[in-house]
Amino acid sequence: MSPLAVWSLARRELTRFFRQPSRVMGAAGTPLLFWALLGSGLSSSFKMPGGPSGMSYKEYFFPGTIFLVVLFASIFSTISVIEDRREGFLQGVMVAPVPRGAIVAGKILGGTLLATAQAGLALLLAPLAGVRLDAAAWALSIAFCFVLGFGLTSLSLAIAWPMRSTQGFHAIMTVFLMPLWLLSGAFFPADGVPGWLAILMRLDPLTYGVATLRSLLAPIPEGPGAPSGAVAAGGPALGITLLFVAGMFLLALAVSRRRDGALPG
Amino acid sequence: MDRLRERAEVTSEPQEAEAAVAATGLQYRYKDGVKGAGPARAALSGVDFAVARGEIFGFLGPNGGGKSTLFRILATLLAPDAGEVLVFGLDLLRQASEVRRRLGVVFQNPSLDLHLSVRQNLACQGALYGLRGADLASRIGAGLERFGLADRREQRAKELSGGLRRRVELAKALLHNPRLLLLDEPSTGLDPGARRSLWETLEDLRDQGVTVLLTTHFMEEGDRCDRLALVDRGRIVTTGVPSDLKAEIGGDVISLTGREPEALARQLGELHPELSPGVRDGVVRLERERAHELIPRLFEELPGRIDSVTVARPSLEDVFLRRTGRALAEDDEVGS
Repeated sequence: MSPLAVWSLARRELTRFFRQPSRVMGAAGTPLLFWALLGSGLSSSFKMPGGPSGMSYKEYFFPGTIFLVVLFASIFSTISVIEDRREGFLQGVMVAPVPRGAIVAGKILGGTLLATAQAGLALLLAPLAGVRLDAAAWALSIAFCFVLGFGLTSLSLAIAWPMRSTQGFHAIMTVFLMPLWLLSGAFFPADGVPGWLAILMRLDPLTYGVATLRSLLAPIPEGPGAPSGAVAAGGPALGITLLFVAGMFLLALAVSRRRDGALPG
Repeated sequence: MDRLRERAEVTSEPQEAEAAVAATGLQYRYKDGVKGAGPARAALSGVDFAVARGEIFGFLGPNGGGKSTLFRILATLLAPDAGEVLVFGLDLLRQASEVRRRLGVVFQNPSLDLHLSVRQNLACQGALYGLRGADLASRIGAGLERFGLADRREQRAKELSGGLRRRVELAKALLHNPRLLLLDEPSTGLDPGARRSLWETLEDLRDQGVTVLLTTHFMEEGDRCDRLALVDRGRIVTTGVPSDLKAEIGGDVISLTGREPEALARQLGELHPELSPGVRDGVVRLERERAHELIPRLFEELPGRIDSVTVARPSLEDVFLRRTGRALAEDDEVGS
């Protein structure tokens, strides 16, 4: 790989981001709005299954919100690859003596750093959700958000790379990425849902990331009658998440090498 | 300094005597649905050419004739279906990365990041070519100076006019001192002043030993090339020095207008079979040496039939028309 090229392309993503105020607002604002409105709205009517377990819905929903921040940031940063193609920047990069993998890695790294930074800021709001975080938990959560962001940015890039219009990308996002998030246990626990839904939730690779993030941020209290989340956190969940991240990166590499007639780097 | 480096690079090139670019048997056919509507059509059907080191070589032809496909292949953006390209002796298909190091590319559509400043655009480009630190900074400074952009350094690309953007584009493409500069329709969208300074730059570069390869559909631009290939319908129709190409047309080009151009041409053909008059866009055209002697006779032979007469030295347009039976600028009218 060429670290200089990767870093230079990643830094460009950061510069571009901060020069488009609407993107900053959209990426940071939407998930927090979700949390504030949905969390507050549902808290009053939504009782955590299994009776009093000492966890409010806002608290339950908080890790899901952080996950959503990462997902949104990843999605919005990879839309730029469609703009890069349309505005001509990408062709200038393609004729440079840089392997295709380095171009992809640069874009993904840039998106990941943006997602991690936004998640880190959102984590500062934990006290508002009644979630207590010490410095170690905060740092660990940020590190995990980086890993998640890398996987989600890779997935978004694999989708965005062959696309020629941002409208198409928005459509895919709505019918594919949002359901993945809704099914991940970020929004509601698996307890008491119909069997088919529980199966879908277990099949959703994001479920395991949400479970791990939840265990770092706001572990569901132990005890009889407590909600169980979708799957148990721990080694297997972390392992599945890491596999997912690696798989998505390989997918992004494969897509970027296949979807045009250009000569390989 | 630069000169020394240049020389060092030259001696390290494989096969010194090779042409800058040599292409043989290039073929490309658009796949269904990839570009344009309708069935797959041949964009290139067997193209051969050779570009010598240190010359300005042009591909002149109408839009849609295959120039852009040729450009994309040479820029390593498109793999041809068949054929071979050697760039400084390197196989474009197998050593794309090596070729890319020696290649500077100026696209018709700008490749600048509009959100970045001029300097940031150049810095990002430099990093892609492995440049960094003081070397990169001095190259950026020299590039900005050369193109009169020093005071635009920190300005964002989107705030620049089209002509300025093209200059940044050139500075960007030249940052790594490429041995071969490739330009796609470089004059499109430039005002006459910017066009003139672009060509001064290209000629400077050539004089420094850079090989310049460009596509164009303007015959004025074709005239300024050292050598030229006329491209039409996926083929190279002819190649040569512009003045030689024009010399193929003996003498002058006479254009006549009248009320019934077809009938006029037919009548002329009967009177002077050796002139083989043709009609295009309602104008009767013929080629003839010493036109000034012929013209009075035409008025006598065809009284009242001729409204106007124009005599001109042959242009590349005439060469193109004679070689292909089609006009160079046909497609352009629709486009602009």
